[in-house]
Amino acid sequence: MTLLFSLQSASVRFGRVQALSGCTLRIAAGERLALVGANGSGKSTLLRTLHGLVAPASGQVQCDARARQAMLFQRPYMLRASVLHNVALGLWLHGTPWALARAQALAALERVGLADLAQRSARALSGGQQQRAALARAWALGPQVLLLDEPTSSLDPAAKREVERLMAEFADDGMTLIFSSHNLGQVKRLASRVVCLEQGRLVADLPTQAFFNGPLPAAAANFLKGEMG
Amino acid sequence: MNTFSSSAQAAFSLIASLDPQLAGIVLRSLAVSACACAIACGAGLLLGAWLGVARFQGRALVLALLNTALALPSVVVGLVVYLLLSRSGPLGFLGWLFSFKAMVLAQAVLVLPVAAALVRQLIDDAERGHGEQLQSLGARRFARSVILLFDERYALLTVLMAAFGRAISEVGAVMVVGGNIEGFTRVMTTSIALETSKGDLPLALALGIVLLGVVLLLNMLMALLRRWRERLDNPPPVPDSAPACAVASKSAAS
Repeated sequence: MTLLFSLQSASVRFGRVQALSGCTLRIAAGERLALVGANGSGKSTLLRTLHGLVAPASGQVQCDARARQAMLFQRPYMLRASVLHNVALGLWLHGTPWALARAQALAALERVGLADLAQRSARALSGGQQQRAALARAWALGPQVLLLDEPTSSLDPAAKREVERLMAEFADDGMTLIFSSHNLGQVKRLASRVVCLEQGRLVADLPTQAFFNGPLPAAAANFLKGEMG
Repeated sequence: MNTFSSSAQAAFSLIASLDPQLAGIVLRSLAVSACACAIACGAGLLLGAWLGVARFQGRALVLALLNTALALPSVVVGLVVYLLLSRSGPLGFLGWLFSFKAMVLAQAVLVLPVAAALVRQLIDDAERGHGEQLQSLGARRFARSVILLFDERYALLTVLMAAFGRAISEVGAVMVVGGNIEGFTRVMTTSIALETSKGDLPLALALGIVLLGVVLLLNMLMALLRRWRERLDNPPPVPDSAPACAVASKSAAS
């Protein structure tokens, strides 16, 4: 399998806060990797580091420059513009002429079932619809890797199911998914591999089945115990 | 009290009769401030947007200087522009001193820090909140500043009005560089100062009332804009379960 990311003892620091500490990780194309851990454990920082938004203070981060990435944030930023224009923006920023970007954006909105709302104000959409519009914006870029930072954490169950369904479809199409989540059910349903973080350290990196059923390092076991109640 | 009431009565009759002298001064004031605002807001928008997204060594010092410039005394601005435009000054060859252009320049210099600082704060906040997502979409610094300016366009109207309010109500700078020449460089604020010292209270009061009216109108416009923005920022939500045709017909009906 093609190696997409390789982190070697990567550490990230924000002022006095050590957000990521000596993280070593390899991610291959086609994986569905879930990042789990308590709040502040470094999940978002790891995603942002992989995406190139944050530079490591030490260690190495290598990524396949040919693999186009897109990232979905917990609360997607929607401009004061129509849904269509919000989706077309990403394409336009990647050099697609505006008219073509609009046509491709409409196709992307159709893909996520929002084509009928294309002309509506993006800010009038519900949280779930905004997240789907953001998924369309990311998908329109034709990424090989999709990074998602707690994509369903603020959504109701129906919207959650819809976003999960789209994530699964994208993964079935061969897209590499790397997502953080607090929802262990979602992790079970979507991930093929789980990475557990604690205070910026990677404490477990296992196939999903082994993570939920097998023996775990103490820190990961404590996290799982806490989450499962 | 008698002086005040008789002056007020005379002032209102001057306004009601659209006294030519009064109208000329008011129109000149509005023109000077509008031109100054257009120049200062154009430059302030660019400078503020750049400072909002740029990260460079010494940025904190530049911001401190910009914020200090917010409190620039207008007479000091007038003095500096006077020295620049005076015959022996570096811009003396323009021959602008005691002219409409000199007043525009002075007010533009006075208003530029206001526009730049307000836009900088606006874009800086938006960049902190959303810059990373725009960066993720492929937007570099310049593109981010343009996109954020577009997204904050309603707030920019408030900046424009705040700048105009500062320009139209200042007296020191235009007095120094304009010279308060009747029919040429006399504006509302300089006239009020002059007429009061001459004892022509009705005209001074009439101009004061118009000036207050302009400022009041600006405040009302700002309040309306704020309401409009709130409505735009929080449009009625589209229900998740609403069929698309229902949504479309609803929007068509409205």
